Amino acid sequence: MTVTTDKGVDAADAAGARTSRVGGWRRLGRPSAAPAAPAAPAGEGERRGPWRYPFLIVVVLLSAFPVYWTFMIPSRTNDVVGQTPPPLLPGGHFFENARRVFDTVQFEKALVNSLIVAGSITLCTLLFCSLAGFAFAKLRFRGRGALLAIVIATMMVPVQLGIIPLYIEMQKFGWANHLIAVIAPTAVTAFGVVFMRQYTEQAIPDELLEAGRMDGCSTFGLYWHVVLPGLRPAMAVLGLLTFMQAWNDFMWPLIVLSPQNPTVQVALSTLSAGYYRDNTLVLAGTALGTLPVLLLFAVFGRQIISGIMEGAVKG
Amino acid sequence: MTTTAPAASGLDAPPPRPARRPSTARARARSAIRRVTGVTAPYGFVAPFFLIFFVFGLFPMAYTFWVSLTDRDLLRPHDAKMVGLRNYTDLLHDEFFWNAVKNTFELMLLCSIPQLALALILAHILNARLRGRTLFRMGVLLPNITSIVAVTIVFGQLFSRDFGLFNWLLGLVGVDNVNWQAGEWSSKFAIAMMVIWRWTGYNALIYLAAMQAIPREQFEAAAIDGAGTWRQLWHVTLPALRPTIAFTALVSLIGQIQLFTEPLLFDISPGSVSGGTDRQFQTLALFLYEEGFRLRHFGYGSAVAWLMFLMTVLLAAFAYLITRGGARIRGGSR
Repeated sequence: MTVTTDKGVDAADAAGARTSRVGGWRRLGRPSAAPAAPAAPAGEGERRGPWRYPFLIVVVLLSAFPVYWTFMIPSRTNDVVGQTPPPLLPGGHFFENARRVFDTVQFEKALVNSLIVAGSITLCTLLFCSLAGFAFAKLRFRGRGALLAIVIATMMVPVQLGIIPLYIEMQKFGWANHLIAVIAPTAVTAFGVVFMRQYTEQAIPDELLEAGRMDGCSTFGLYWHVVLPGLRPAMAVLGLLTFMQAWNDFMWPLIVLSPQNPTVQVALSTLSAGYYRDNTLVLAGTALGTLPVLLLFAVFGRQIISGIMEGAVKG
Repeated sequence: MTTTAPAASGLDAPPPRPARRPSTARARARSAIRRVTGVTAPYGFVAPFFLIFFVFGLFPMAYTFWVSLTDRDLLRPHDAKMVGLRNYTDLLHDEFFWNAVKNTFELMLLCSIPQLALALILAHILNARLRGRTLFRMGVLLPNITSIVAVTIVFGQLFSRDFGLFNWLLGLVGVDNVNWQAGEWSSKFAIAMMVIWRWTGYNALIYLAAMQAIPREQFEAAAIDGAGTWRQLWHVTLPALRPTIAFTALVSLIGQIQLFTEPLLFDISPGSVSGGTDRQFQTLALFLYEEGFRLRHFGYGSAVAWLMFLMTVLLAAFAYLITRGGARIRGGSR
């Protein structure tokens, strides 16, 4: 099982096709074996086809509409936005409003900070999770099973509730209001470790590792020269999920960073609290802060979806 | 495979690079080193996880309990006094705390149940032969990749009293402008909309993954028995998805206990952390933030955190018992 889900879907497609064909037989008068289900209206299986697309299109439109709104409103001016009915089509003022965002809050700094934070968290997560995943999947050591059980158990512990002592701790370390305070606590995740272990187990053949041993690789050398290249697809998926999560994280950065040294999300909350009547300004900031993850999603949507669905099967 | 044996046997194998092996003594020394790193390396590889989890996860959580027994606050961190369980007894008499508990649980039900039910239906419809499958999946996942801050800001604007789109739409059917933030239920409805919008598609993809793991013979058998698509959902898909549903329900409920960003940013009075003028949508997480970081009552805030932790554990145990109990009843009826 790799990160492709296409096979499973094809199977489902085939199942769907078969179901409707069988539905046809049913109407030819095949006796029903289940007394519990005799009252199904004829042709229900066929009726699934026509309304499925309209339904899904409506769902997608509802999903996309607030995002569209985020980009449409800042392209207009505030007096147009304040009218009834509100405007529904974009205008030409987006860059003007975007410039006002940079003049109002420290948005440049916020973008750079978010990039540093999300980038570092992603790199650390990839390194630490793949190392641990490799150890749990392929190395034999005393206490492996127990340690792995602990890793899985930690996924259910709501560590966010330790937020007050965590803040005290960061002050003791002298890290409060430094980006490291945001990076360090999420530099590795249990989900990532389990995800990487699963992938390593399936994608890296033992023979390859033994061959590497023969060539005189140390254990770290095995990881670096043999395992890491084979993990690239899983790294891409985990990296994308981690980056987006780190980019969107809010509560802890809000607590530990000051408004003068914000991440994008913290800067947006400042913007929305202080200027909430200035809709074009606030939504221009929101649009700019959303743009990076939207671009990632547009380019790597398939991988992100497969990552979520793979994670679900394992979870 | 073990980590040490191949390294040792590597000595007997023909030398891959002859230049590397000038004398057996040096080779033996190298293998000894390798054996040591071979034994300790796995621990080194898993150490970062345990180190980080201990320092930034487990220790702060346990320390929360200790802090909750003191009257510690941010301004005088060093002369905290032990006050025993006083923070807890105070909390149990604090009407703002109970208000937050009530709001949190009301929002939990308002958010979780529609979200999971909709996700199930959506997954059922996605689980079929579709043109543009990836596009539809990306479409339903789109809300989940936007940040909660962005979602709250946009919905806050859509729900605004004077210029909001929702009030304009309601106006078309003759309903007067609703002050969404002010009402006890209208504000919760708005917050629930944000949560449902952001998470339905994500849960639908999780259900879809689980549905694709159901053997298709089960659907075929049901279809032969005359079950249409919705009957198949009820009689085949739902029972097979039971563990997945329990899992998503648990994750969603635990997430809802910590609902924070939506009630914080939906409040339009600048700098307010009270969740509306009458605290009509202040959740426990927001109450924790107010006590701990606005009023700087570290001890009192920690007591709130610890009670939230207890609620989480109780909820998880409850969910576990329900799914297990349900499984036993089902098993018995067969």
